[in-house]
Amino acid sequence: MEKRTPTVKMRDITKRFGSVLANDKVWLDIYRGEVLALLGENGSGKTTLMNMLSGIYRPDEGEIYVDDKLVDIRSPKDAFDLGIGMIHQHFKLVDVLTAAENITLGLKEKYDLKAVAERVREICDKYGFEVDPDQKIYDMSVSQKQTVEIVKVLYRGADILILDEPTAVLTPQETDKLFAVLRNMRNDGKAIVIITHKMHEVEAISDRVAILRHGQFVGDMLTKNTDAQEMTNMMVGHAVTLNIDRPDPVDPKPRIEVKGLTVRSMDGILKLDDVSFTAYSGEILGIAGISGCGQKELLEAIAGLQPTESGSISYINDDGEREELLGKDPLAIADMGVALSFVPEDRLGMGLVGNMDLSQNMMLRSFRRGKSIFTDRKSPKALAETVVEELEVNTPGITTPVRRLSGGNVQKVLVGREISFAPTVLLTAYAVRGLDINSSYTIYDLINRQKQKGVAVVYVGEDLDVLLELADRILVLCGGKVSGIVPGRGATKRNIGMMMTKLGGASE
Amino acid sequence: MIQISKRGAVSRKRNIAIRLAAIVLAIIVCAIITMATTGTDPFAVFSAFINGSFGSERKLWIFLQDTAILLIISLAVTPAFKMHCWNLGAEGQVLAGAMAAAACMVLLGDTVSNGALIACMVIASVVTGAVWAGIPALFKAKFNTNETLFTLMMNYVATQIVAYFCVKWENPVGSCTIGVINAQNEAGWLPQLGNKYLLVIMVAIIMTVLIYFYLNYTKHGYEIAVVGESERTARYIGIKVPRVIIRTMLFSGAICGVAGLLLVGGIHHTVSTSLVGGQGFTAVMVSWLAAFNPIVMILTSALLIFMGSGANQLASSCGLNQSFGDILTGVLIFFIIGSEFFVQYKISFRKKSKEAVKNV
Repeated sequence: MEKRTPTVKMRDITKRFGSVLANDKVWLDIYRGEVLALLGENGSGKTTLMNMLSGIYRPDEGEIYVDDKLVDIRSPKDAFDLGIGMIHQHFKLVDVLTAAENITLGLKEKYDLKAVAERVREICDKYGFEVDPDQKIYDMSVSQKQTVEIVKVLYRGADILILDEPTAVLTPQETDKLFAVLRNMRNDGKAIVIITHKMHEVEAISDRVAILRHGQFVGDMLTKNTDAQEMTNMMVGHAVTLNIDRPDPVDPKPRIEVKGLTVRSMDGILKLDDVSFTAYSGEILGIAGISGCGQKELLEAIAGLQPTESGSISYINDDGEREELLGKDPLAIADMGVALSFVPEDRLGMGLVGNMDLSQNMMLRSFRRGKSIFTDRKSPKALAETVVEELEVNTPGITTPVRRLSGGNVQKVLVGREISFAPTVLLTAYAVRGLDINSSYTIYDLINRQKQKGVAVVYVGEDLDVLLELADRILVLCGGKVSGIVPGRGATKRNIGMMMTKLGGASE
Repeated sequence: MIQISKRGAVSRKRNIAIRLAAIVLAIIVCAIITMATTGTDPFAVFSAFINGSFGSERKLWIFLQDTAILLIISLAVTPAFKMHCWNLGAEGQVLAGAMAAAACMVLLGDTVSNGALIACMVIASVVTGAVWAGIPALFKAKFNTNETLFTLMMNYVATQIVAYFCVKWENPVGSCTIGVINAQNEAGWLPQLGNKYLLVIMVAIIMTVLIYFYLNYTKHGYEIAVVGESERTARYIGIKVPRVIIRTMLFSGAICGVAGLLLVGGIHHTVSTSLVGGQGFTAVMVSWLAAFNPIVMILTSALLIFMGSGANQLASSCGLNQSFGDILTGVLIFFIIGSEFFVQYKISFRKKSKEAVKNV
């Protein structure tokens, strides 16, 4: 194993987008029979690099060798012809077709679905996939769709597979299954690249890890010779601590009481079914669940953005007086004197206006203040300056449109604004999604500080490891129902994972 | 190998340079087309173009007045556009306002004092223009109907109503036109400031400043911008989106009504189906070309009026068909719109690396 030759060699790969240097003279080797984890913070150029290998972008400079031959990959088809296949974060499947139809779509072979199904079954048996070739895509779970994507790539004869953050949409159990399949493929001699920023996954699946930072290649090493701390340090460029604080709740009092909340979507699908819980001041209530299990509807119902069918949402103030929030819009809720902050999942589509600059975005919450018909532009400007300074937002200035900022900085602007008006309730949806380690820890820290100030925090998260470390209690949603509420201290990932997939969890 | 990539932030200087280059290029292309197809000296064509707007003092005043009217209509559609509400009904809204003003002149011309008549006309045209825009807005806000189609269809309704009254109030009998209203006592004719052109021009200037501040500095303007950028964000911060849509469209229509008032009371003293002459649609272009900036719209409306009167002048002085002027206008607009691409993207050429063989 010492003198192996790489199947893919990327040399001095440089890619620019406008003035942004996405990849800067990157070297990367990919070997057969090995799982390579490509690790890096957001914006470090991992996906860009792999997109160049799969024919989506072309490098501005540099060379790519496949099996020692210099190649020019100009389209995904060229990549396929070289045996390179990529599974993207967003699936590219036709919903109304079956798995087999999707797999054969676009191939210039004889259209014979039986033969396709036969070969699909062969591939599945070989590596341990579970796919029904005749099942329609719209009937499938996210993990099944992902499996179809992988089979599709294998069907086309790929033996170099690239997976872009494949676990982001999976439950822990599904992740384990995926990893088992990946190991089978590795043992079959395929080269596998998995893009991720989750450290424990790198440790679980990869044989080798390559690290990018700010578009540059920092180094690679065998996974068994390194640890999470070292990898993080290389990724971030300096030493960081990986523990999330969880101070004890101070004087928790009921703040938001949800009873029997039922919500249907526009097409009549039950999104929340008889949900009841209480959120206390000074604590973080974590909400876990597979994506699309009603998390969004729950937060938006509390924030006054989601029409509801039945139930009640009471706000209880410090003196114990109750007020009903249900059926009120955000303005009415604010007028009642309820300081409710909401960091929505869709930052640029809902929480902020991408084309407006920092101070105009600060104005979103405050522009109505005062009797004048003109807007007050001084205080939002001052607030923008404070947020930039205190949260270390990396921006050319407060007159930069927020869409130009990186994900982490966008989130800092949003969270900064939402906590600036001393909320008593803070709702956050996927607050650290897509954020790098540094920014994530800044956000955890901000949320913890709000908790210590006595704010009732509702934290919808997708990373169970974080939820387990951060939340005081964890409410698990499963198909719009409350599967259970467990204390954060002492909860196990396995248990929460079971509750996510089955009401009430395993009969343990 | 040509590669197209998006530019980052574009400096103001570069932005202006690219646009100027586009106009220079357009003029060169126009000259080549002129020589190649008609054999006319391109400089004669250009000077005819310039004479169309600046040939005499009267032409200059008319140029300013026409620019002012187009500018007011363009200002009217801009708040709706900024809200991403595609009001294509300015034509009908102006016409409706004009009809209302004319109706006041016809019906009240002999009965009330001139001051009271003009007050009635102002109110009638503003309200009618607003209603004309308000109906589609109401349906959009309540039932999410498509405002583009709805406002467009309202144009035909307005045209037909005017056509009806042209027959009903025809003067002289048999002409099927209303003719100059109150030609004897000039009742309802708007007062002149200095000369007969200045009133319209002053209104346009005041309107430009007002709209500029309305859009950029008021709470309403801010709400319009947020609704336009993202309705979800607007709802998230508690803006009542239907209310903003209706309010803004009413405002839009009201300004169109003012334009109608000026056309009838200040310029033509009559109304006909062709009174607005497509300016409601030209205004869409003016507003877009100026990227919804009222101050820049002064330039874009002047440019379009300049090209229009140039084309007319060309037809008479060089003996060329007026359509030829339209061709030149088309070339110019093509280059101006095309320059947008070069502001947003840059094109770089690169050599294909020699040793890279496409390996299939």
